[in-house]
Amino acid sequence: MNFNLNDLFIVFWPVVPFIGVAALLVFVVIFLVLMERKVLAWLTIRKGPNRVGPGGWLQTFADAIKLLFKEDIMSCQANKLLFTLAPIIVFAPVMVIYGLIPFTEHFIAINLAVGLFLVFALSSVTTVGIVLAGWSSNNKYSLLGGMRSAAQAISYEIPLVISVLGIAVLAGSLNMLDIVKAQAGGLFNWNIWPAFIGFVVLFICSIAEVNRIPFDLPEAESELVSGYNTEYSGMKFALFFLAEYSALFIISVLIVTLFLGGYTSPLGFYLTQIPVLIHIEQAFWLVMKTYAIIFTIMWIRATLPRLRADQLMAFSWKFLLPLALVNLVIVAVWKVVV
Amino acid sequence: MIKNPVKKDMLINVGPQHPSTHGVLRLVMTLEGEIIRDTEPVIGYLHRGKEKLAESRTYTRYSPMVDRVDYLSAFFYQGAYCYAVEQLAGLSVPKRAEYIRLITMEFNRIASHLLWLGSFLLDLGATSPLFYVFREREEIINLLEQLTGQRMMYNFYTFGGVKKDFPEGWIAKALELCKKMPALFDEYEAIITKNPIFLERTKGIGIMSPELAIDYAITGANIRASGVELDLRKTGPYSVYEELDFKVCVADSGDSYDRYMVRIAEMRESTRLIERAIELLPGGIPEKLRVKRVNCGCDKQDCRYCGFDTRLAGKKVNPVVFKPPAGEATAMVEAPRGMVMCYIVSDGSTNPYRVKWRTPSFSSVQVLPELVKDKNYSDLMPIFGSLDVVLPEVDR
Repeated sequence: MNFNLNDLFIVFWPVVPFIGVAALLVFVVIFLVLMERKVLAWLTIRKGPNRVGPGGWLQTFADAIKLLFKEDIMSCQANKLLFTLAPIIVFAPVMVIYGLIPFTEHFIAINLAVGLFLVFALSSVTTVGIVLAGWSSNNKYSLLGGMRSAAQAISYEIPLVISVLGIAVLAGSLNMLDIVKAQAGGLFNWNIWPAFIGFVVLFICSIAEVNRIPFDLPEAESELVSGYNTEYSGMKFALFFLAEYSALFIISVLIVTLFLGGYTSPLGFYLTQIPVLIHIEQAFWLVMKTYAIIFTIMWIRATLPRLRADQLMAFSWKFLLPLALVNLVIVAVWKVVV
Repeated sequence: MIKNPVKKDMLINVGPQHPSTHGVLRLVMTLEGEIIRDTEPVIGYLHRGKEKLAESRTYTRYSPMVDRVDYLSAFFYQGAYCYAVEQLAGLSVPKRAEYIRLITMEFNRIASHLLWLGSFLLDLGATSPLFYVFREREEIINLLEQLTGQRMMYNFYTFGGVKKDFPEGWIAKALELCKKMPALFDEYEAIITKNPIFLERTKGIGIMSPELAIDYAITGANIRASGVELDLRKTGPYSVYEELDFKVCVADSGDSYDRYMVRIAEMRESTRLIERAIELLPGGIPEKLRVKRVNCGCDKQDCRYCGFDTRLAGKKVNPVVFKPPAGEATAMVEAPRGMVMCYIVSDGSTNPYRVKWRTPSFSSVQVLPELVKDKNYSDLMPIFGSLDVVLPEVDR
């Protein structure tokens, strides 16, 4: 057995992007929670967190530390194995999706030929975790929340995937990098123009995917107390929390990647010409577009009431699904004609 | 076929510590899937013995307790109690005091409806309106605080009048607020009334037929939403409502949406009522009245400025010797949640022999099982929220 440094490098190299992704994820979530609270405060004429650190910027760190030190309570009637497993099942797929997204031209942990497919396959796994959490808590509210989540997933995943299908048609590839590269060259090359209906469908479905108002039925606070995570506390709850916000970020990045040109500049050219700076600029454009989407989602949360479970299903089957199919037809025709 | 061994019904216990049971109501519900098959409200978690407490206190010392029956509309309970005692003791109230009572009551009605609006939309999942209604409610409460020194438990009415006149500048502030208010109601309507999700959640949900409402003795905005024009201010006028022109807000279908519309319309009507009452206030604004009194100086009973109608507090009763003659009296007031009745029996001593309250929320809770039967569990909150139940009032 004689390893040289190069072998070690080859073995451990794939781990490095994952560490980077994990660090990115935690950082993103901590910022997002603060942003959400600040944005909601601004929209509802409050001040928001303003005590911990300058302007309340350290509030989320304080909250995270509090959650770490909290007692981990588990009901004695709960199914201990599944109860512990559920937050992990919810969280792990989200983390893997982070590795599949091109944040800049080279900052992509796993570049797969079927990246797009894998992203949506993984994102549906989250629902399994939520159903498990609802069932294993042995709490009736949690159970209702979990069941609602399952019903919701079946309804919105189909229009979601069909609207994304249009993108695969436009790019002629399932590779995430290829999809972005096909949109290079400025604002008017973005997929949003031919597939505008698809964009709307995907946007609505994404809100359902991350369980936010008006589709936050699994954790509808006024009905189900806290839904599937009613019984969770401490770090297990923090994992749900982490998964929720990282999913919010990643779904916005996905919308940007698929429809709004990903990391490419909307101007059609990069402001900087030095290779290293171009990467930073690409990350900048991606973050800008992503946060515009995230802000819109938060804005919707502050504005709308919640839908009822059967109304959500009727909405996605009778309205979103036909729309997604229409989008597919339009995109196919566009692909042939243009 | 194999008989399904799984029990279909699920017994779920909503409350008493549930985020949206408005206090401590407990609902024992039988669900089949998410369909509500049976509901049994359990009340009494907030019972404070308000009626029994009256028997060990003098009439005056019971007065502050009355505020606590319903913390959101304290003036109305004070009003009902004072009208009953005045009836018992044969006291007459100066007109100016009646107008002050009316103005404060209507402000209280708006504040109460505003809080209802916020919590109702919170039940539906919309968080922002709660903060916006608190902004306006705060202004009303500040105004009432300047007048009474209290923000919620006012303890402002006395037997035969009110405790004090409007402070200087109060009327101007009140008018300014009244002018501002309709624009703010427009703001709510813009975000709520035409919202498709809100319509979807409330239209045709929890329909209460007029017959059902009458059977369950529903009063207030809830019965007016079902098309019954029952408003004590019109049908059995107390105070000086007869002198003022206002319309009773009714709707016809009796669903959650109509209960919302009636309350919004009532808030608008109340602002108009306040403006009109300030116009008609006997003696005019306090500063001018004081000057006119000094110049007049006649102190005759029928004088426009010094007479009975503009003298503010009628009789200042001494709690130790205030003994209404033996008998009984009933007074009814139209509170934001419905009809409030106070029934007092006196045995001629300093303490009331018996006090009985009729509170509107009590009836609203009783009708809930009928309204939510065979509905989706998610419909519980739009229905229960729209009934505007305040639990301390149910339990007393």
